[in-house]
Amino acid sequence: MKTLVNHRLFWPSAILAALLLANLLVNPSFFSISLMDGNLFGPLVDILRRAAPIVLVALGMTLVIATRGIDLSVGAVAAISGAWASMYIISSGDRLSVKVVLTAAGVALLMALVAGVWNGFLVSVLGIQPIVATLVLMTAGRGFAQIITSEKILYPDNSPAYKLIGGGYLLAVPFSILLAGGIFALTAVLTRKTALGTLIESVGVNPEASRLAGVRSRSITWTVYIFSAFCAGLAGLMLTSNSTSADPNSIGLFIELDAILAVVIGGTSLAGGRFSLAGTLIGAFIIEAMDAFVVIAISPRTTDVFKACVVVAVCVLQSPDARRVLFGRFRRRPPKEPAPVATRPAAPPPPQAPSSVDAAIATTPATVPSRGDVR
Amino acid sequence: MTAGTSLRPSTAGPARRPLRRLEPYSQVGAAAVLFLVLLGVGAALYPNFVSGQALMDLLIKNAFLIPLAVGMTFVILTGGIDLSVGAVMALGTVVAATLLQQGWPAWLVIPTVLLVGIVVGLLVGGMISKFNIQPFIATLAAMFFARGMCLVITDRSIAIDDGFFKWINLAKISLWESSTTNARGRVRVTDVTITPSVLIALSLVVVAFVILHYTRFGRTVYAIGGSESSSRLMGLAVNRTKVSVYAISGLCAALSGLLFTFYTASGDPVAGIGYELNAIAAVVIGGTLLSGGYGYVLGSLLGVLTIGVIYSYKEFDGDLNTGWTRVMVGALLCFFIVLQRVIVARRRR
Repeated sequence: MKTLVNHRLFWPSAILAALLLANLLVNPSFFSISLMDGNLFGPLVDILRRAAPIVLVALGMTLVIATRGIDLSVGAVAAISGAWASMYIISSGDRLSVKVVLTAAGVALLMALVAGVWNGFLVSVLGIQPIVATLVLMTAGRGFAQIITSEKILYPDNSPAYKLIGGGYLLAVPFSILLAGGIFALTAVLTRKTALGTLIESVGVNPEASRLAGVRSRSITWTVYIFSAFCAGLAGLMLTSNSTSADPNSIGLFIELDAILAVVIGGTSLAGGRFSLAGTLIGAFIIEAMDAFVVIAISPRTTDVFKACVVVAVCVLQSPDARRVLFGRFRRRPPKEPAPVATRPAAPPPPQAPSSVDAAIATTPATVPSRGDVR
Repeated sequence: MTAGTSLRPSTAGPARRPLRRLEPYSQVGAAAVLFLVLLGVGAALYPNFVSGQALMDLLIKNAFLIPLAVGMTFVILTGGIDLSVGAVMALGTVVAATLLQQGWPAWLVIPTVLLVGIVVGLLVGGMISKFNIQPFIATLAAMFFARGMCLVITDRSIAIDDGFFKWINLAKISLWESSTTNARGRVRVTDVTITPSVLIALSLVVVAFVILHYTRFGRTVYAIGGSESSSRLMGLAVNRTKVSVYAISGLCAALSGLLFTFYTASGDPVAGIGYELNAIAAVVIGGTLLSGGYGYVLGSLLGVLTIGVIYSYKEFDGDLNTGWTRVMVGALLCFFIVLQRVIVARRRR
């Protein structure tokens, strides 16, 4: 039981379960899934489908944050790729052609890759702080999207192949869920079944020490930014194809914040050096489940306030200083420095205990953290 | 500082010394040159681009951006960042419009709005200094919170129908007479005017300048940006200063909300989306280091005006895609960030 509570995915999962239950209370048919025209429908499927773009962006963001970086430009990159694909499909004569859609998607993703190369160049070669480096593209990216669409809102409808990416079905399951799930599985295998995940974490703990230890920290940092931009581009395609419209000002607006939120809720520390893909997945579901609950139970207008409260709560719970303030009074001797976990005998188990272990790891530079678990 | 260096045997030749003394101002200088170049290009492309009233319009249209940049300067000087300013500004406009709608008098509404900004800033600052949460994530939460509160209060724009707000919306202060010649060769004599909002914004810049350069608090702000742990060891009030800096930023954001309501005579819950980016860009273009400890608030004013010139290209040329203005702001941001990087690398050597 104790190991279960101490598992780092315990609290996120518990919150998700609680939110699903709360949803069930306000909407008794919440768990019902029906088969209509051979396709799956239901509130749960909706949540999964709405979470798909966030999961994608958050996947890239997880790896970036694991290297102690941040990518603020994902929303703008999504806008660029979504706007370009829509524009290309509309301006091509044959909207029904699958080839046109494939070209559109391919070039759009290529543009996203270029954006990622740019971000990675600023961060890994020029050594600019990630938050600042990606701010450039966050400012300019939507400008590029506006230039692509000549400031118009586009409606790339009448193209079933494009609609498939975000709103279509494959084998009765929404295609976007399959796509996001596929990329998730691929990332999980690549990072956890190979040494890549450990290398990313070691770069996050200490890039210089990793480089001296023979890890190519520059290429790894560069690669994660490219991957993040690729995911963002794919999410941009998904968002525009699902809404059948492309407004460069609103595609993926604030998706970077949702993605960061999902990553943080999932227990990946913003200080880098440790990540949990499964946590990110749960985090994205928590955001969507909370949105669904707030919309039904309270009012759609209050969702942002709730998100703010969740961010604050999660951050406060993760911060060692805050836990010392909040839980310190229950201890016999409030330690001045964050003491190792083992020397706290009578303390009540603080939520998300592993993150103080993480803090301890982060202060000893050359330690490569142990491999985390995916599931 | 200069006396100390002159006593030491200098490794650089004596001829280079005058340039060395100017080095702290190189970034502000670069911003000033850039501003003038942009004005020059505009003057070459469009008639009346640098006429007296057009320059004053630059101030009038960007008056509400100036307090945002001033508040952001304080925060960035300590090495932090405040992503909530745009949302807090919108909250300010919404609170003002709603309270006026409820029949509150203007003299009570204005302090209330400023108080709201201060409270949001204090909460954010408390979270950052007490719980050691990254400024970026704490202000992100504040941004969600403020934007969410706007939408909770109202989901549509509220018109303001208050005597004082209407007066200040229309008020103009004549500066001097100017004569312009139109295409047909007719000479028109008009007054060059500014609005009270411009005066408020500019006096805020002056106050901020005095605080940053002539008070103990200002020196502490720079010291924290230089090195937080050293400032702590020196016995400076690091926590209190950090909280104050975010409170100042909140106050400035609320003030710019008020200026925005003066300008548009309405309270808009979706006002100022993305203004935090403009404010950060203005501060960076104005030569403040994003890692903190170095920069001038007057540079931020210059940054706001530079961005304003880019936006006025769009106003003078209707065919220009708005996207290009954003790309240009991004490109400038990038240029100055790389410039900062080079300067810091040179200083380390």
